[in-house]
Amino acid sequence: MLKPAFIAVSLIIGLSGCSSLGVEPWEKGQLARSDMALDSEKLDLALDDHIYFSKEGSSGGRAFAGGGCGCN
Amino acid sequence: MTNRQNTLKKIQTKQQTKQIASALALASCGLFTTSAYATELAKKTDDWKIDAALMYYGEQDRVQAIEAIGTAQKAFGDDSVLDLKLVVDSLTGSSASGAVAQSTSQTFTRPSGNGQYHVSAGETPLDDTFQDTRVQANVAWSEVLNPDWKLSVGAYGSKEFDYMSIGANVGIERGFNKDNTTLFLGTAYSFDVVDPEGGRPVDLSAMVIRDNFTTEEAYRTAFEATRQSGSDNKQTADLMLGVTQVLSERWLLQANYGLSSVNGYLTDPYKVLSVVDNNGITEEILYESRPDSRLKHSFYVMTKGALDAGVVDFSYRYNTDDWELTSHTLETHYRYYFSGSFYGQLHLRYYQQSAADFYQPFLMADTPLPEFASADYRIGKMTAYTIGVKFGHKLSGGHEMSYRLEYYQQDPKNDGTTIPGELQNFDLFPTQKAIAAQFSYSF
Repeated sequence: MLKPAFIAVSLIIGLSGCSSLGVEPWEKGQLARSDMALDSEKLDLALDDHIYFSKEGSSGGRAFAGGGCGCN
Repeated sequence: MTNRQNTLKKIQTKQQTKQIASALALASCGLFTTSAYATELAKKTDDWKIDAALMYYGEQDRVQAIEAIGTAQKAFGDDSVLDLKLVVDSLTGSSASGAVAQSTSQTFTRPSGNGQYHVSAGETPLDDTFQDTRVQANVAWSEVLNPDWKLSVGAYGSKEFDYMSIGANVGIERGFNKDNTTLFLGTAYSFDVVDPEGGRPVDLSAMVIRDNFTTEEAYRTAFEATRQSGSDNKQTADLMLGVTQVLSERWLLQANYGLSSVNGYLTDPYKVLSVVDNNGITEEILYESRPDSRLKHSFYVMTKGALDAGVVDFSYRYNTDDWELTSHTLETHYRYYFSGSFYGQLHLRYYQQSAADFYQPFLMADTPLPEFASADYRIGKMTAYTIGVKFGHKLSGGHEMSYRLEYYQQDPKNDGTTIPGELQNFDLFPTQKAIAAQFSYSF
């Protein structure tokens, strides 16, 4: 079961090595928009996560898999 | 993930600095730049930022839920942010017990052992005693340690009638490559106490029915024999490694790997299985049994783009675990601004999972009992999809209001089980439909 972990860690470290990717600080105007924040719809995401956590066999991914609910 | 906003916050901060710096370029005075920026920031950070939402979730003929959620965020200076969250939800209605439909009516004992309920011929057995109210509170603190490093810590607690959970998490982020790349490493731990109504059933013990006993005392003795004493607990340890990468002036990519190890009581105390003969007739009902550990992996990749009049994201998630339950999730949100203060948004999600290795829609009377078995469709083979729309208004004073309506459908599938006798007359894998309606307000 450690194989997926190895592949994922390799991919993430590989991605982080893409130092040629990216833009200069003054080119980040569009990325700085509030609707581009990763948590710009955090309440929607939290409510969705709770529904899917309760109704499906998998959870997590975007954030910690979580617990705190006897619904699954 | 609140502690992943660091990159964009930093981008935003730097961008604001840059814009102000450009405006004051003629002055060419660093002091002006600094004080103008500080004033701007002070205005923003003095106040609490509040987000609140109320959601109704309703399944056709099954669970109905109301969930209220509120978050409050306050920045202290440039480097520290406090996040508070409160969630209250209330559930009522019926949920599938795991037993199969029959051509005659069926009688089941309630989980408490007090009373019984009947399910009509041809109907999927639903336990109608499902009712609960849950309260959850979270607190999180994030601190920019220096231009490259950021630390976040959090804790939460939640309580419902038969369940309690407390947890804590810590995460560290580091920016690289002019903040175009952010690496995140986080860990979380939670401790849950399961104390089901009527006690925890003995794994794979047979449900006793009051009608089959002449005296209440004899029934009580038999019922107690199917119960384990005391509560039990469950511990979850999570590890997450993530990277956020700016791809271009308009696109960014997020990739996460998550490892989650769960140990303890993982059985659902309210779920049962039917034991049927070769004609598909139920002989008895057994309480389910699941392994006491589960090791889960998740891989998530998301890309998000800033469009001229909108924003779009696409994500893919792959989950696998040592219960052999594997899933694929594809999801997208597309927002379009009809004007500067009004937008519409479309949400699509497709989900597909394989069955856990001990999932069985029913047990056959002539085969030996397995060590673990569950007929809970939520860990069976299934596809599901969501279609949602949302509309949002930006109001004066930075307030924002939005409405969301979602349709969610689950289609459980038979994973190759041969259906005996009369069970072929029934839909053992019924589609489940739900809607969610939500109102949100931010200020």
